[in-house]
Amino acid sequence: MSDQQIVDQEIIEEIKEAEVNQSYFSLVWWKFKKNKLAVVGGIIVLLFYIVCFFFAEFFAPYQLHETKEYFRASPQLLRFVDEEGSFSLRPFVYGLEETIDMELRLRTYENNTDVKYYLHFFVPGEQPYKLLGLIPANIHLFGADPNVEGSEMFLFGTDSLGRDLFSRIIYGGRMSLWIGLLGQLLTMALGVSLGTISGYYGGVTDIVVQRLTEFVAAFPDIPLFIALAAAIPVNWSPQMIYLILTLILVFIRWGGLARQVRGLILSLREREYVLAAKSAGATDRRIMFKHLVPGTMSHVIVIGTLMIPGMILSETALSWLGLGLRPPLTSWGVLLQEVSNVRSIRFYPWLLIPVPFVIFSILAFNMLGDGLRDALDPYGGR
Amino acid sequence: MKKTLVEVKDLHIHFEVREGTVKAVQGTTFKINRGQTTGVIGESGCGKSITAKAIMQMIPKPGKIVQGEVLYHYHDKLNPNQEEIIRINDLNPDGSRIREIRGGEIGMIFQEPMSSLTPVYTAGFQIGEALSLHRLIPQKLGDQMDSTIQEYRHVTKKEAREIAINMLHKVGLPKPERRVDSYPHELSGGQRQRVMVAIALSCDPVMLIADEPTTALDVSIEAQILDIMRDLQETEDMAIMFITHNLGVVAEMAEDIIVMYMGKQVEHASADDIFYNPKHPYTKALLQSIPKVGRRTTDRLASIKGMVPSPFELPTGCVFHPRCPSFMPGKCDQIVPTWQEVEENHWVSCLLYEEV
Amino acid sequence: MAKENIRKPLGLGLDSILQPERIYEPDVILEVKNMTKFFPIKAGFLQKVVGNVRAVDEVSLFLRRGETLGLVGESGCGKTTVSRTIIRLYEPTKGVAYFKSDILSSTEEPVIVNLAELDKEEMHKVYQEMSMIFQDPINSLNPRMSVFDIVSEPMVIHGKSDRKENENVVGDLLERVGLRASYMKRYPHEFSGGQRQRIGIARALSLNPKIIFCDEPVSALDVSIQAQTLNLLADLQNDFDLSYIFVAHDLSVVQHISNRVAVMYVGKIAEVAESNVLYNHPLHPYTEALLSSVPKPDPRYKSKRIHMQGDVADPSNPPSGCFFHPRCRYAEEICTTTPPEYREVEPDHFVSCHRVEELELKGV
Repeated sequence: MSDQQIVDQEIIEEIKEAEVNQSYFSLVWWKFKKNKLAVVGGIIVLLFYIVCFFFAEFFAPYQLHETKEYFRASPQLLRFVDEEGSFSLRPFVYGLEETIDMELRLRTYENNTDVKYYLHFFVPGEQPYKLLGLIPANIHLFGADPNVEGSEMFLFGTDSLGRDLFSRIIYGGRMSLWIGLLGQLLTMALGVSLGTISGYYGGVTDIVVQRLTEFVAAFPDIPLFIALAAAIPVNWSPQMIYLILTLILVFIRWGGLARQVRGLILSLREREYVLAAKSAGATDRRIMFKHLVPGTMSHVIVIGTLMIPGMILSETALSWLGLGLRPPLTSWGVLLQEVSNVRSIRFYPWLLIPVPFVIFSILAFNMLGDGLRDALDPYGGR
Repeated sequence: MKKTLVEVKDLHIHFEVREGTVKAVQGTTFKINRGQTTGVIGESGCGKSITAKAIMQMIPKPGKIVQGEVLYHYHDKLNPNQEEIIRINDLNPDGSRIREIRGGEIGMIFQEPMSSLTPVYTAGFQIGEALSLHRLIPQKLGDQMDSTIQEYRHVTKKEAREIAINMLHKVGLPKPERRVDSYPHELSGGQRQRVMVAIALSCDPVMLIADEPTTALDVSIEAQILDIMRDLQETEDMAIMFITHNLGVVAEMAEDIIVMYMGKQVEHASADDIFYNPKHPYTKALLQSIPKVGRRTTDRLASIKGMVPSPFELPTGCVFHPRCPSFMPGKCDQIVPTWQEVEENHWVSCLLYEEV
Repeated sequence: MAKENIRKPLGLGLDSILQPERIYEPDVILEVKNMTKFFPIKAGFLQKVVGNVRAVDEVSLFLRRGETLGLVGESGCGKTTVSRTIIRLYEPTKGVAYFKSDILSSTEEPVIVNLAELDKEEMHKVYQEMSMIFQDPINSLNPRMSVFDIVSEPMVIHGKSDRKENENVVGDLLERVGLRASYMKRYPHEFSGGQRQRIGIARALSLNPKIIFCDEPVSALDVSIQAQTLNLLADLQNDFDLSYIFVAHDLSVVQHISNRVAVMYVGKIAEVAESNVLYNHPLHPYTEALLSSVPKPDPRYKSKRIHMQGDVADPSNPPSGCFFHPRCRYAEEICTTTPPEYREVEPDHFVSCHRVEELELKGV
């Protein structure tokens, strides 16, 4: 190869170097993007958090505890065409007229086709709120025509106290998703640190931590919750109850994660790069945090993401049973407390609408988790 | 003149992966004759293993034969005078015909004795598995007029066990009557490899493909396995295709050697010619770069400059040209050399020996 | 060597057999005596110790400045464990390892210390003078760390955390091993096996060690890359006045790069001699048999191979007397009962065999 060719070759290589950033994270991102299902899952999860967690007040047409004089009203359908067949670009809902069904002894609401409430965007609410807890605001994404007196838009109907279910599902999502996330983060912190220490040191430490995880795993959770539910003093604030519930969920779950991390550490610990670090004089702490824990991160993130649905489900189930959150705290599980009897399901089936949301969020997390699992191992297994 | 057993003709195997097309094998052509050992040497990525798998129609997905053929000259053991030429690449990879050939006529042993044996079955069982699939016992039905009608049946379990013990004895395993009931984890690496050889040979194959069979073994065990293979070849008149990257091993075992580089065949000659009269620059460089026991050479080994190219960015012209000490600018980077017989039974693919 | 430069009364409380000897010679930098490492085998419900894997069994050797000592042997012979025990990645069960350390010395002259006795802090300092290169190019580099992080890690561990300065040093090291300085921004998976091995070598050089323990560094590489890497190691040895303990199972590689070679079998040293002497005039039957087992890359070489029967002995249950006796064709009564003595039979040629004076062995 002539000198000129060698020089050209080097220039070409320099250019190539500059273009491609081959760091671990860019590889992960590239691989993740290729998996369409995962991207969809990720977007949905992101949407859930944006809508329900951060900006619930904006997206919900009503506030959490706002009540109206429509009790257990069925959902109002958005229509584009009215009874006479005239089309309107702006969708509307019919007004509600209260009737009483004497046979079934039910109060129901019929559509009043004379009254139309049109859908408007960026509607002011009845009371101001604080966006993200800081910024005072009064705008909602959509709502019934604000200029018309008494206009209401209950897209998912109302509950027994006259509260809009659509809004409450959004607010409920805030609580459920937050418990899922916070609980999972705490579980990860606890599980990773104990799993790492136990896996790295072995010996007595390992034995102790292992027995602890087994003890926790063997613990029957339902009786534990029942006992704790009974033990919680009635005068505790909702925040305290919320905290305790999260801590209990973490307590039950950290063991599984710790075991998995321990297993990963056991295999990573024998890798030659760990030996190389030791032979250069690295301390145990350095080896654990600089070499071992990052090596587990891909697994932990995946496991973590896939455990969040479990958390959400647990909280939903417990709250529905009355063992978890209680009103005035609102989560999807609490919303479902209203449908705990046949009468509700038979006559007010729209109160079950939170269920598909739970399912949907879980599916989205699973899709995201699967995509992460494939993407976070861009080398095809080490 | 030995009879041809397997013919590989202008074989091209490509792998379609996300990043592009990997041309794993580009035009290999050679013959393997009965009773002869052919060695295939080359470094990782040269395509030697894939070629072997092609002979057994076992190319892993997404690999495909895009050109060329693999021919097998089949002789029915019962009617030795009849020959049938079977085009292996036409056979259905999951079909019954290729499955009869695999194990029954062509045996294969692999590199990793740890993972080549199923851990949950005993050695005897695994040999028996091969036997029950392929081994036929003649059973004379009776005489009718002047001819004897021969029927063949499969082995019984008892017979399989006997044959297995016999095979283990042949491969030099001590106390074969006990070893036949051992599980793989109870055996050492060398013993496991011997079991593999026993399985491969239990059905009297006409050819054995050995893909780096001794690479993972200790030197003293390697020596034993090589001796066993050579002995069995003599007694059974078996052809061996021996794939390795170890020049010492191939010098010992092979009569005939093929050198491969990046999917291409670069040289094919007798073992003596390859070592004492190498023609291709790659072969020469390879021979010079290995340290030789007993002869302390100078402090530096002649190394091949540069690196093995990425399979997605193969060099133009001759694929070895960026690393070749005899590189001819204008020629070697433009023209692809062709396969030429430069001396009797000595083939090379290099522009040094070609008129262009 | 002045008395002040011997740290504490050395070998205090140790048997006379473990007293330092050759380390006093001016060019010797490491002397290992009766180094032993047993791994306990635990079984049963209460994890009782039922036996030991005798990975390293009373190994004695020494190393001079600027020389390469090769360690060969088959699986289970302990050659890898020896290196790791000397450097205290494994704690020695018994034995001493005398080393001439500059870092631990309070004077201009190096001080002799026993590596097996040093406490954690002292050992940490000594790690600057010894480093290791590993076999597996894939697993010896942390895939999540950039090349810069990997090569500079030893420096960071020992307090040199100035990034700018480290970048200069790392760039320099990479050039030394035949890579480009700009590669330090890349990640291990972007490199081939041979290149990764070079990165490992650069890492081992980063603190200017005296001894590098090479643990099968070329076994996982292709033949042509092996040659390049061996040449590199030889060059670096010249440039930096390094000493190598080179562990490998490939006899031809070891012979090429080593000044002296030690042959190990089941945790013991069978024979140590200068490289050429060992290969041409071996004195131990195992060496003779091993040499004859190596396939020679020469189709015209048709020599009668010496057969070793059976398998490599099990280090957790070695044979009685001389460990090699079941496979040795010269074995006699005494070999089955008494372990042979390890002694210097000729100048710089150590053997452990009962019949060493009588036997006429063949080399290559």
